Amino acid sequence: MPQIDQIADTLSSQVFWLLVFFGLTFLVVGLGMVPKIMGTVDLRDQQIAGDLAAAQAARDAANSEEEAWRKRENENRAAAQALIAEAKAKAAKANEAKLDKAQAKLDKRLAEAEAAIDAARSSAMAEIEGVAADAAREIVARIAGTDVEPAAAEAAVKEVMAHG
Amino acid sequence: MAAEEGKVDPMKQFTIEPLMGSDWQLADGYNIAFTNSALWMAITAVLVWVFVAGGMKRELVPGRWQMAVETMTGFIDDLLEANVGKAGRKYVPYIFTLFMFILFGNLLGLVPVGLVPGVHAFTFTSHFTVTGVLAILSFSIVLIVGFAKHGLHFFSLFWPSGTPVFLALPISLIEFVSFMVRPFSLALRLFVAMMAGHVLLKVLASFVIAGGGAGLGLGALVGLPSFILMVAISALEILVAGIQAYVFALLTSLYINDAENLH
Repeated sequence: MPQIDQIADTLSSQVFWLLVFFGLTFLVVGLGMVPKIMGTVDLRDQQIAGDLAAAQAARDAANSEEEAWRKRENENRAAAQALIAEAKAKAAKANEAKLDKAQAKLDKRLAEAEAAIDAARSSAMAEIEGVAADAAREIVARIAGTDVEPAAAEAAVKEVMAHG
Repeated sequence: MAAEEGKVDPMKQFTIEPLMGSDWQLADGYNIAFTNSALWMAITAVLVWVFVAGGMKRELVPGRWQMAVETMTGFIDDLLEANVGKAGRKYVPYIFTLFMFILFGNLLGLVPVGLVPGVHAFTFTSHFTVTGVLAILSFSIVLIVGFAKHGLHFFSLFWPSGTPVFLALPISLIEFVSFMVRPFSLALRLFVAMMAGHVLLKVLASFVIAGGGAGLGLGALVGLPSFILMVAISALEILVAGIQAYVFALLTSLYINDAENLH
């Protein structure tokens, strides 16, 4: 077994060179490079965590923004609805007033027309009375040969017409 | 070839040979020849460096290589986080180096570079001198952290909470022994697992060679099944290489947890 047979000759060499090469590896790789590599990994982890947090924050902000927008939109809608209702009510009121006015005008004209018709009728009636009285007088004059006073004729006609 | 060499020595692969500077010495006379073992440690160190350097682009969206390196550091980070907690982060450089060094050392020993004449793979983790040093390093960190953080109170590690007073002495003796055994179990586990696998592969390889050299009949009867078994065990050895590196890192982090979070 060379490990034991040669130990006296090789121990110092083995230990020396192991310490040299292991020590070099430890100094250069272990102390020099490994912390940097772990730093890179940490940096990356941090960046990823930061990015994720930023994304989450952006998402939350967007959500609250949308919520606010929705609220505002609802308010606007309600306001518009109220405005429409108000306009509708106003328009209805105005219509009613206009209709009332027109109705009143129509009523007035109707009344005027009726009054005019009445007047026309009564004047026509009076004319008819006059004509009837004249006719009656003439008839009396022709048949009886007597002149009847216009007033008497009129009175007679009136009586007849009132009865007739 | 098999007939000429006769037997394959399954232990020869663990022999350490000086490649250069066999008379290099430290000031106090310790020999520090640059051996094949040192060469494979150097290759391991370079490959670990290349692997991790490939993941140093530090891009926000990682490429494949960067992803692989980050997976490894993340793996060790998670391991320490799970076993030690938040305080475990500062041990990531050490545990990562430990894990990668052992893993690459184990795997490199399995690379069939022996196909190139004159080149021999060497698994330095199959030497307890190497695993021992790594275990002592880990154990020292546990001791230093434990005493620096808790002072003499660290000795309460040997007295699990809720132990009745009259059991204090035997329990703390047992705890002390189990604590002191840790570096040995840590070192021996890796060394034995690596050595056993390589010996097994080499023994089977000698069967294949001997069977093949003994003619068609024995070759089909012994050589072929041995060869199939070698393929399967090579796959198993790759798994073991990963598992042993993981176990070493895991146990070290568990021991560090004892020092970091004293009950």
